[in-house]
Amino acid sequence: MANPPKLISARYGIAESWTLKVAEAHGAYSVAREVLRSRKADDIKAEVKASNIRGRGGAGFPAGMKWGFVNPKPGEKVYLVINADEGEPGTFKDRSLMENDPHRVVEGCILGCFALGANTAYIYVRCELALAIARLERAIEEARAKGYLGAKPFGVDFPIDIHVHLGAGAYICGEETALLNSLEGYRGEPRLKPPFPAVKGAFGMPTVVNNVETIAHVPGILEMGGEAWSKLSRLPGDGGVRLYGVSGHVKRPGIFEGPVGLTLREMIEEHGGGMLDPARPLKAVIPGGSSTPVLRPQDIVDAPDPKHPLHAWHGRSHIDVPMGVDTMRALGTMLGTCCAIVMDSSVQMVAVARNLMRFYKHESCGQCTPCREGSGWLVDILGRLVEGKGRVEDVDLLVEVANNMTGNTICAFADGTAMPMLGLVRKFSAEFREAASRGLQSSYRLDHACLSQVERAA
Amino acid sequence: MTADFELSPERLAKVEHLRDRYPTTRALCIPMLHLCQEQAGWLSPEVLAYVARYLGLSVAAVQGVATFYTSLFTHKVAPNVVWVCRTLSCELRGAKRIQEHLEERFGCHAGQTSKNGKFTLLKAECLAACGGAPVVQINERYYENLTLEALDRILEEHVATSPIAAELGLGRGA
Repeated sequence: MANPPKLISARYGIAESWTLKVAEAHGAYSVAREVLRSRKADDIKAEVKASNIRGRGGAGFPAGMKWGFVNPKPGEKVYLVINADEGEPGTFKDRSLMENDPHRVVEGCILGCFALGANTAYIYVRCELALAIARLERAIEEARAKGYLGAKPFGVDFPIDIHVHLGAGAYICGEETALLNSLEGYRGEPRLKPPFPAVKGAFGMPTVVNNVETIAHVPGILEMGGEAWSKLSRLPGDGGVRLYGVSGHVKRPGIFEGPVGLTLREMIEEHGGGMLDPARPLKAVIPGGSSTPVLRPQDIVDAPDPKHPLHAWHGRSHIDVPMGVDTMRALGTMLGTCCAIVMDSSVQMVAVARNLMRFYKHESCGQCTPCREGSGWLVDILGRLVEGKGRVEDVDLLVEVANNMTGNTICAFADGTAMPMLGLVRKFSAEFREAASRGLQSSYRLDHACLSQVERAA
Repeated sequence: MTADFELSPERLAKVEHLRDRYPTTRALCIPMLHLCQEQAGWLSPEVLAYVARYLGLSVAAVQGVATFYTSLFTHKVAPNVVWVCRTLSCELRGAKRIQEHLEERFGCHAGQTSKNGKFTLLKAECLAACGGAPVVQINERYYENLTLEALDRILEEHVATSPIAAELGLGRGA
């Protein structure tokens, strides 16, 4: 199949693509200029709805529908908030957008604000991403100086301003209501819902929170038309193109653009350049960020029923199923952010579980007991297993603790911790039981396969 | 107690410049804490009290915010902070070896400050640069696809060219 032209990453790799001069020479702001001058807000919303774009932050909620929830009462101010608190382990796509093409993010915000009736957008960026922040801030200044932002963007009487707001190091602030609390100057603890942000969000006002990549697709959607853009996807009901990322044991880790519905095998073999060492085959892959349960290449889709959502892939490997919100859910995992972590045969899954659960223990905000205590218990039990101090019952205990976390907390973080834990135990139960009786080899380390690479002289 | 803390006039002007961006004063809390940390290196009790006074908040409220976030330091750190990402993608590509090398070089464990007092070494959770694993963040900059040799070179260059290098009398190496 011929590679389709790049859309969202079209300006990647062009020298100084982050400056207004270069970005504009390559099409930036042409869509916003035309749309603001000639089209109505409802028209933009209809196009985004027709595009079938599912939110790119991980949950995959239809973005057009989310925009439709905003219905301000008289006197209420609407806010657009962009979630650039990227930090889901394995995920590194949003940073590439902000560093390579901040003007696309700004143009998306202008269109989003206009469509939603918002005069202010905040882009909440994690503070570690200093280069992304500098380039976004400069892009906003350049756009303001040109009159694309401010009192009359492109001469249209609808004031729009965009502000970059820095996080301070907290994964939970990627949860939209925690992000709003953080934006308002509080601890980043998620809020009880309802009320949802569309009703009562930033500063108590109706708010849409969109992922950076989602908003950056808006200029492309309006340029092509929602329906045509939707058809770029290989899957129905999950439209367009997206950014993919691949990391771990592949030859060429990195970001690339493709239609929605690539398979993990395509990601690993074509875009990732294949496995790092041909002698060590693929053992497991985390499809879309650490909260998405792991998949194995030897697992086969069993869907003889023609009504089953995966029937078209009956008898094929899990890694040959196109990646979409609904297909991945049907496989018992999630699409997440579409940034895969690839692991070869050198990897011990008990050690993987401990590494990931340490992350969740550190990042749990501590508000809800099942999550705060559960994540800590998982780390403690996994530590026992790794060190050979485990008991056979510990494997069941892992499952019990994880089950007690799901559905019992304010936000989805606890589920995002428990699901990958349960997935690992389910798919690799023999390894967990083995570790419970014998522990891991004391010399075992997750970076074993890459030691020579790190230690080699240049 | 040490002397009271105050933001420099330039940084205070930045705080005031930000005021119009938000409908509440409280929203200035995190941006202001960042500016204070930029100036003082860390957020001592005096700094927290100053921010609370300036924004009309209780000290407890400001402390609650400061202690929530990993990048805000409520304990003293060295002039250079080195973060080693230890989450899965980096771990698979050699992060532990990178950390061991830094510990050896600095003569301290992760969570501590180097013997010479110039570096604080910290373990980081996912820095969102998994495609460039293993990754280390030194102050505001990311360094990706590291080898031990590249890391040594970076540390020497970093110290030599950092804006505070002359002030600290640093020329070479940790």
